[in-house]
Amino acid sequence: MVFNIHDEVRSNKRKSGLIMILFFGFVISLGIITALIVSYFNHVPTIPAMIGGAVLAGVVAFLYLIFFYAMGPSMILSATGAKPVSREHYPYLFHATETLAIAGGMSTVPQCYVIEDKALNAYATGFSEKDSYVVVTTGLLEKLNRQEIEGVLAHEMSHIKNQDIKVMLYGAALLGATVLLAEIIFRIGLSSMHSNGGSSNDNKGAGLGIVLVVVGIVLMIFAPIIAQLMQLAISRKREYLADASGALLTRYPEGLASALEKISNDTRILKNVSKAAAPLFISSPFDADKHTETFFEKIFSTHPPIDERIARLRGKKV
Amino acid sequence: MNAFVIAALVVLAIVVLWFIIAYNSFVRLKNQVKNSWAQIDVQLKRRTDLIPNLIETVKGYVKHEKGTLENVTKARTAIMQAGSNPALAAEANNLLSGALKSLFAVSEAYPQLKANENFKQLQEELSGTESKIAASRQYYNDMVMEYNTKRESFPSSVIAGMFNFEERSMFEIAESEKAVPKVQF
Repeated sequence: MVFNIHDEVRSNKRKSGLIMILFFGFVISLGIITALIVSYFNHVPTIPAMIGGAVLAGVVAFLYLIFFYAMGPSMILSATGAKPVSREHYPYLFHATETLAIAGGMSTVPQCYVIEDKALNAYATGFSEKDSYVVVTTGLLEKLNRQEIEGVLAHEMSHIKNQDIKVMLYGAALLGATVLLAEIIFRIGLSSMHSNGGSSNDNKGAGLGIVLVVVGIVLMIFAPIIAQLMQLAISRKREYLADASGALLTRYPEGLASALEKISNDTRILKNVSKAAAPLFISSPFDADKHTETFFEKIFSTHPPIDERIARLRGKKV
Repeated sequence: MNAFVIAALVVLAIVVLWFIIAYNSFVRLKNQVKNSWAQIDVQLKRRTDLIPNLIETVKGYVKHEKGTLENVTKARTAIMQAGSNPALAAEANNLLSGALKSLFAVSEAYPQLKANENFKQLQEELSGTESKIAASRQYYNDMVMEYNTKRESFPSSVIAGMFNFEERSMFEIAESEKAVPKVQF
């Protein structure tokens, strides 16, 4: 074996921890900054305001994480239109998932979900092996043969086993919080800019409003950068790795290789997918042309070019 | 206490620590092997449970293939008798796989049987179970290999010898299954 799954899991645990620290640091410092701004315009003593802001932000961040921990996977499932399906309707999907779980020595079989869509795509999500989901489109189940479906499922199960799914979810939590906070601060700023006309301290109110609006805008600029960082954390190496360990599960790399070939030749794109969920999918759900990419796309895209992945699975050097 | 004694104590502590860790990892591996064997067992049992149902369904349609049906039943009994002996279970399992293969080959000649909903479902179930047996066998063999390698390599072989960690046998695949199946008309 060229790679070690235990190293991968450890590295992913580190990354999850790092994202958590980043998340708390980010929210708390935002709380402090907001408190500073407010105290400056309202002549409140600075130190207590800062402490108050930090504590309040910390509590909010904590509650947000608890909420996300309980709801995260189901939010993503419903955001992509994935629905739970029954064994009677999709016997092969269940068989193949169970078989792969056995082959990988997984303690729990992931739950099977299906997206009603003609496009060919799939993803996995969840916080751990015990609470995990594999999702495929109906198009994928119709267009691919059994070996190919098994290859795709093995790739997704590897993401679960490597705990890539956890890193992705924490990343999504961070991104979601940033967007939400930006919105809230921006709106508070706007309303205090408008609502203070006529009163004695209208200058102050307007000043506070403008500063908050600026902070909100800065955050909105920040959000895509954070999204980018999170995508880079998952990135291309991880996709190659999931391909390789998926092939180890089925002992038949050609299955996934020919599945990827069919996926890349299919130009249909998935409807109704939010940008935050995009990095989860086995192939990027947005660009219809998956073969060519520009230099810029190469640096910032979450998925390696599909042709390169196929070549690697077939043991060709690229 | 001079430096020599301290050094000796440190070395002793390291050896004892290694001993404990190595012993525990043996226990872990042994249990993994046991657990993965249980997985195979579950699937083998599942398949033998499906057989009577299959025979019942097929019997009505297939009149002239008594031998094929008998082979399936025989192989099923062999699996139930093999218990937790990997070598015996593997042999019986291969027998059953072969018997089922010829049964499904024979069924090709009976369009009414092939159209039977119950039969179709059983066929799907059985092929699913077959691949689960293959998957659990793959996992079991991986575990056994890891266990046996550790058992034989030095210095962990010392512990294996002291505490009598016995060699486990793999779940072998039949030679006939490895070969490309011949099609006869």
